[in-house]
Amino acid sequence: MTRKISIDPITRLEGHGKIEIFLDDKGAVEETFFQIPELRGFERFCVGRPIEELPRIVTRICGVCPASHHMASAKAVDGCFGNEVAPVAHKLRDMYYNAHFIHSHIAHFYALAAPDFVCGPDSDPAMRNVLGVVAKVGLEIGGAVIASRAKAQNIQRLIGGASTQDIWCIPGGVAKGLSKEDLATISKWTDELYDFAQTSLKIFRDVVLANKTYVDIIVNGPYNLEVQNMGLVDENNAPNFYHGKVRVVDFKGKEICKYSPMEYMNHVAEHVEPWSYLKFPFLKQRGWKGFVEGIDSSIYMATPLSRLNVADRMATPKAQEAFEEMYKTVGGHPCKLLLASHWARLVEMVQNAETLQKYCKDPEITSDKFRVIPKQITGEGVGIVEAMRGTLTHHYTCDSNGICTSANLIVGTTNNMAPIHMVTKKIAKALIKPGTEPTQGILNMVEMGFRSFDPCFSCATHSLPGQMPLEIKIYKGGQPYREFKQYC
Amino acid sequence: MSFEPKIVGILCNWCSYTGADLAGTSRTKYAPNIRVLRVMCSARVDPTFIFKALSEGADGVLICGCHPGDCHYVEGNYKAMRRFPLLKKMLADLGVEDQRVRLEWVSASEGQRFADVVNEMTEQVRKLGPSKIKPDLLADRRNRPAAAAAEVAHA
Amino acid sequence: MPKLQIAIYWGAACGGCDVAVLDTNEFILEVGKIADIRLWPVAADGKYSDVEKMKDKELDLTLFDGAVRTSENEHLARLLRQKSKLLVAFGSCAHLGGIPGLANLVPMQEIFERAYLKNASIEPGNTTVPKPESMVGPYKLTIPKFYDRVYKLDDIVDVDYYVPGCPPHFDQVKAVLGVIASGKLPAKGSVVGCTDRALCDECKREKTEKRVKKFFRPWQIVPDPNKCLLEQGVLCAGSATRGGCGVRCPNIGIPCRGCYGPPPNVVDQGAKLLSAVASIIDSKEPKEIDQILATLPDITGYAYRFGMPSGLLQRRHAP
Repeated sequence: MTRKISIDPITRLEGHGKIEIFLDDKGAVEETFFQIPELRGFERFCVGRPIEELPRIVTRICGVCPASHHMASAKAVDGCFGNEVAPVAHKLRDMYYNAHFIHSHIAHFYALAAPDFVCGPDSDPAMRNVLGVVAKVGLEIGGAVIASRAKAQNIQRLIGGASTQDIWCIPGGVAKGLSKEDLATISKWTDELYDFAQTSLKIFRDVVLANKTYVDIIVNGPYNLEVQNMGLVDENNAPNFYHGKVRVVDFKGKEICKYSPMEYMNHVAEHVEPWSYLKFPFLKQRGWKGFVEGIDSSIYMATPLSRLNVADRMATPKAQEAFEEMYKTVGGHPCKLLLASHWARLVEMVQNAETLQKYCKDPEITSDKFRVIPKQITGEGVGIVEAMRGTLTHHYTCDSNGICTSANLIVGTTNNMAPIHMVTKKIAKALIKPGTEPTQGILNMVEMGFRSFDPCFSCATHSLPGQMPLEIKIYKGGQPYREFKQYC
Repeated sequence: MSFEPKIVGILCNWCSYTGADLAGTSRTKYAPNIRVLRVMCSARVDPTFIFKALSEGADGVLICGCHPGDCHYVEGNYKAMRRFPLLKKMLADLGVEDQRVRLEWVSASEGQRFADVVNEMTEQVRKLGPSKIKPDLLADRRNRPAAAAAEVAHA
Repeated sequence: MPKLQIAIYWGAACGGCDVAVLDTNEFILEVGKIADIRLWPVAADGKYSDVEKMKDKELDLTLFDGAVRTSENEHLARLLRQKSKLLVAFGSCAHLGGIPGLANLVPMQEIFERAYLKNASIEPGNTTVPKPESMVGPYKLTIPKFYDRVYKLDDIVDVDYYVPGCPPHFDQVKAVLGVIASGKLPAKGSVVGCTDRALCDECKREKTEKRVKKFFRPWQIVPDPNKCLLEQGVLCAGSATRGGCGVRCPNIGIPCRGCYGPPPNVVDQGAKLLSAVASIIDSKEPKEIDQILATLPDITGYAYRFGMPSGLLQRRHAP
């Protein structure tokens, strides 16, 4: 008996995905596959382009986090020019990038994540969106969300000339500096953004942590994985989103490795399956062991939660307070509870705002020495930054004329493909029981698993799929049993 | 029956068209595969013309102008001289064989030379075979199931 | 006055155009007052099946961004065309093919080889590549088939208007939505949300005579902020590009790369840029011309950065 049911399209996720759930004869979940059906080819068509053009080409991998690609690309290009960069440029880029983090985290938290918690995981789909959130928390907050997002974007525009599809980084530095007038405007907004970050934490406490059902889902639900953690840290093992070394720590807190960008190939490799266009990164020195959890697993995740898991502390004081509060509540550091990633995002926002405040007070920030003319082309560079969704690696080589000869990208969400695949199966097994009919609410709870990763499949596939067509086929005893489709 | 290339010729009015005329009045035999367009100066030759000719089925394009220094408008042919190497580079990137597009300076008295160039180019293009560009573009339009279905529905 | 029924949909897109619509900030709430957004994956809950159930031309307007790369993109393009009174190609990808269009310069096999077999971080010894159909034990799995090349929207369906830009500037987005709401529609096929001149007209840099003895890559010189970039030897596509973006790139010293597409009446933007660039070379000696051109790498990539599918040749035609 086969029935097809169409469900609401997923709107709080980016990209194209397909889930196949196979049930055994009793109706229990036997196996699931999370498939990504798209690919674009940036790694190939960047070859032959002048290397300085890549920071403006790779931003089109994703229009939601173009700044992440722009920065990673700029740093890889820096490497191709012998890392000759004006020091003030690094400060300006870090400032710009922290502003980008703020508006991206705001968008994700309020528009994508919050509806599950503020409206409820199995609430009416028609209201389970940002408008539903505003309806519950009030128009004043809704207005503050829009205004704060706009302020953070405007900070980017004032520093770097644009906020969507970045245009600013060049070999040797950046194309423009910061004037004193613009700095005065930015200072004011920065303080307001710090306040908004604290307000967001308060909303999280009042709406999520005060609600026993939600806390139960976070702590006791199937949303956890015993896999390793990855994030970028500075010399104090505090998170730094623009620059640092990559640190990998197991889920019990022991450091596995810490590497600088040029060494990434010794530590990360990508596994290919025939049923997905997206590759599955893993820890190379442990070898591919399959989609398994455990202390010896070679699977790792790269998310706001994992960034905080690999950190010993935050880089700024108020963020440190928020960090301590979070880990005390979730039962210790590191934490395996995937939904805590939503909280981690807000903790990061506090550090983003404090970092901006620090730069606003830096007398060098308005210097006119924001670029140098590089004197040599050395031919290879690796740029690693933290995208909002995870560690982002761009590795380029170029010839002696500065023309790109290769490009390798390991993108934020790509790191998480194996964990997403695994947690989907875990959740499906836990929620789809023999004898129960999989419903709309159950489907959404499956989605909450991958949603905690804030996945961006546009990025992950270096592809530009756009919509989130989602197809879920349920097989019973090898025969098609039920199908959920949206945009397919 | 061997393949007959379609070659589009774009000739400047003052030198090269007159040269081609001279070939004609001298009854010099040359391959009939060339279809001639007359422009006032080789500077008028926009790269768009070459792309358009190729996309619409030309197997080759021959551009002719006055010898450098002899341009009726003094400097027009220098513009053609500068555009041409860039155009060749672009055509190579787009997979168009080198011998399909050619620039020659032909003076008003070089009727025989014009004929020689046309004959030589015709044979070179014949050896290359028909240009794939137009068939490729048509196939692109039809090779998608949805497109084919739409064409059937509207037939 | 009944509310306008609109859809905003993305094909092979990066999401930047949808973000551009969101970047109109409070204006979106105004739109919400005069329109029902029936489909907008990034921000609203419209069902795909709802679209299928709609009557033909039930939607007053669809903004379609992104290129067409897969059969799914094509299916939605055709469906939305059927259900919409007006279909707008929104942004460079739908208008011209966009950055994804650069893939038209390489064979599809090479994209696969690079991604799955040859890349630096691929698992050593890997020979697996994704396939449309595969078996894992007893389970059969499928993924969509790709087209060999990228198409722009009007290669697939009839388009009413084009809004250029990567992404369209948010002020232009407001202007376009305002025009559609007013009912005073321009001629079908118009390019809207832009000026009808080349970018140079808007650009405030001083323009004198262009004679170039050498081209400079953007990192090789610090250009004079007041003078035309092209005159200083920095390749800028502005003269072959439509205005309307606010000159955001040249305003900070970064040369234009043509995202707003060709100026009015220009059929092939790449051909025009080639012609313009060649014309300003200051030499009559073939050897010197070659030397000057050697300082200009990747003319095809510069000329067709955003619009390879819209060029007359559309793609590479190698054997």
